[in-house]
Amino acid sequence: MKTQIRHLIAACAMVLPLASFANEGGPALDKAPINIQDTESLQRGAQIFTNYCLSCHSAVSMRYNRLMDIGLTEQQIKDNLLPDGGKIGDQMKVSMAAGDAKAWLGAPPPDLSVVARSRGADWLYTYLRGFYRDDTRPTGWNNLVFDKVGMPHVFWQWQGDQVLETVKGAHGEEEHVLKLVKAGTLTKLENGKASTVEYDRRMADLTNYLVFMGEPAQVKRNQIGYVVLMFLGLLLLPLAYFLKKEYWKDIH
Amino acid sequence: MSEQQVDTGRRRFLTVATSAVGGVAAAGVAAPFLMSFFPSERAKAAGAPVEVEIHKMEPGQKINVEWRGKPVWLLNRTDEQVKNLAKLAPALADPESDMDQQPAYCKNATRSIKPNLLVAVGICTHLGCSPTYRPDLAPADLGPEWVGGFYCPCHGSKFDLAARVYKGVPAPKNLEIPPHKYLSDTRLLIGEDK
Amino acid sequence: MSKGRSLLNWIDERFPLSSSLKSHVTEYYAPKNFNFWYFFGSLALLVLVMQIVTGIFLTMNYKPDASLLPGSNVSVAFASVEYIMRDVGGGWIIRYMHSTGASMFFVVVYLHMFRGLIYGSYKQPRELVWIFGMLIFLCLMAEAFLGYLLPWGQMSFWGAQVIVNLFSSIPVIGPDLSVFIRGDFVVSDATLNRFFALHVIAVPLVLLGLVVAHLVALHEVGSNNPDGVEIKKNKDPVTHLPKDGIPFHPYYTVKDVLGVAVFLIVFSLIVFFLPDMGGYFLEANNFIPADPLKTPPHIAPVWYFTPFYAILRAVPSFAGTQVWGVLAMGAAVVVIAFLPWLDRSPIKSVRYRGPKFKFMLVLFIIAFIGLGMLGALPTTNVRTIVSQILSVVYFAFFLGMPFYTKNDVGSVPVPDRVTESTTKMKINFAIMVALVVAGAYLFATII
Repeated sequence: MKTQIRHLIAACAMVLPLASFANEGGPALDKAPINIQDTESLQRGAQIFTNYCLSCHSAVSMRYNRLMDIGLTEQQIKDNLLPDGGKIGDQMKVSMAAGDAKAWLGAPPPDLSVVARSRGADWLYTYLRGFYRDDTRPTGWNNLVFDKVGMPHVFWQWQGDQVLETVKGAHGEEEHVLKLVKAGTLTKLENGKASTVEYDRRMADLTNYLVFMGEPAQVKRNQIGYVVLMFLGLLLLPLAYFLKKEYWKDIH
Repeated sequence: MSEQQVDTGRRRFLTVATSAVGGVAAAGVAAPFLMSFFPSERAKAAGAPVEVEIHKMEPGQKINVEWRGKPVWLLNRTDEQVKNLAKLAPALADPESDMDQQPAYCKNATRSIKPNLLVAVGICTHLGCSPTYRPDLAPADLGPEWVGGFYCPCHGSKFDLAARVYKGVPAPKNLEIPPHKYLSDTRLLIGEDK
Repeated sequence: MSKGRSLLNWIDERFPLSSSLKSHVTEYYAPKNFNFWYFFGSLALLVLVMQIVTGIFLTMNYKPDASLLPGSNVSVAFASVEYIMRDVGGGWIIRYMHSTGASMFFVVVYLHMFRGLIYGSYKQPRELVWIFGMLIFLCLMAEAFLGYLLPWGQMSFWGAQVIVNLFSSIPVIGPDLSVFIRGDFVVSDATLNRFFALHVIAVPLVLLGLVVAHLVALHEVGSNNPDGVEIKKNKDPVTHLPKDGIPFHPYYTVKDVLGVAVFLIVFSLIVFFLPDMGGYFLEANNFIPADPLKTPPHIAPVWYFTPFYAILRAVPSFAGTQVWGVLAMGAAVVVIAFLPWLDRSPIKSVRYRGPKFKFMLVLFIIAFIGLGMLGALPTTNVRTIVSQILSVVYFAFFLGMPFYTKNDVGSVPVPDRVTESTTKMKINFAIMVALVVAGAYLFATII
């Protein structure tokens, strides 16, 4: 039943002929392998987010206790994710002062509460894996999907170094691809063959978490949605139909 | 219009059934609207239990702590003040704390867990003003019998240093003692006792 | 006499309760041949009520405040929307109902207007019904535009910036006028506050008054129908009731309940499964807090404004001013109000109209949908040219009407009494819908 409804919704979405125009231009994005119901992935993502991203970015609309929605207990949140002296109901504020951030990075890092809703999961997943070495940038890093990005590559020790290479595509057109030249702790480079499975998985976890944080109620929203649709479709609609039929017998 | 027999039974059944289902739908729609009137996550976070460090409190010192937007008094009563509490019973409206204004563990002579430290919500049970701490003995305005207590400036209600209300004042009940517990000898948690 | 009856009498002696119910519900005689298109009036009323109720509850937690939260680049207004989405109990349902309701309002109103167009519901004696309806449409556009600023995201800010700047193109007073509208030299906190006030109270008040006027005028003259036959001309000599009329209650109340059930299913599908509607109901860029220093690369209005926006962009500036596009856009809306006088045909319904009208109607549908799609896309040379052609078609439909509707008679004469829609009509309708969808899809792929 659930999958049927899902297919139905997907079919509805395809009827929207303009949907394909949502992302015109720009490099192709990798499909983010996320699953908002996978609480273990979400928990790993939350760990990465609070340990790394929150150093510079805030998520002011998100409260720590909301992480109980992804299966964490109050004690786990207090022990592992909350900054010292923080309370469980606190918002995810940034550890760095806004002024400092502006001075170091040129612009205050954006709040990430709803970043997944403005950028989309695929963009985030591609972005997080799209940093490459670029000596012309002040940070030494650039990004495939966010040219001249102000943020340095926070996970470079995990990912290692990538460089941008220009190759000829199948039809002779120029294409930009990223190539791993130095392995990090979560990537392998053997005989010129790069294996990034481990790093990609971490970034998928993080992306998954960002999608969850963009709208923490979304799982519940779908659950309630099924109940509402069942109610309307199986009770109200048939009754209203037969009621109308019954009365309209009068009309000739 | 119609010569046909109208099946009134079926008609009535469908009308009632559709109305009932519609009523359930309306109740379902009303649910989120009603829910939105309860305290939000922000309000709950702001109303969360408060931890207080109490080892620095001098005897006789009173500090105010905010819990759920209300002033909570912490008063480290002197031994002298504690001793005075027992003598006041005849002048008080509810000396034994019979009315349900405190957790069970504070229904005692000092209305506290530890005899010296009073924890009370500093809001008058009359109309919600916050009484003033008046530790001075026999001041001119409160009379020679005054051995220290709380005086509400709005309507003149008087409370002793266990936050018990005097007889013959507008306030009907003793001040409320919030749920609280000692996390350690020096740390107090206000708002939760489990 | 029962207690209830005597209470009713007591009220009726002081207030026309029973008689109003009679004249507007139980003894309002509507033609018996209403079809699919006649659901959208009552649905528009339902959405209006829904928008007002959800809106009231949103104002309880929304804050029209453009100042930044300390230590972040998120404004109070933006954060208060997310506060509703996360921290307020049931808040996300209320908010999604309101945002979905805004778009669905336009869906049902456009279909409702299209119904009036194809069955000639604007024609004598229903000109005032049509005029009130057009005023409602104008209010609705104002309401949608004002409300769109409130989340204070990038699209809110830059959308308002662009639209307010339209006014500055008016010669002489333009620049001062746009400052007057904004209350500042840029879209700012002052603008947000006044838009909020207008959105939550001023425009809704006018809207409600107009809806009452629309219904009173309609019930005075009686409803039109798919045949465009006046049912009041055929009354039963004994009862003096129209032979083709049936009481609104219970027949159309039960029918509308069915319509509401179907509508609620569609509505719930969107609210619970597709609240963004792929970026068309809630735009991705509007989840970025407003930044007066950075314009998003592509600004498109929300889908319901795109046909008129496309007309705006299609008109080039000349003689040193871009006011022509603004005028064209305004005219595109206003011209609809003049339909009762542009249409010279004595025939109301498209069923009995001649080939010229039908041909122009098809062109109009293509132009309207085509413009709607083009308005959502960034411009290219080809798209601009297509927009210009479709804009001309759009206006030709209206301005040519006095000519092509004269002496344009169909092969089937208008009947005396209303008819039931035949299976053939239903099949034709299905084919039309399929053609429109397929055509739109094809158009989107090519353009």
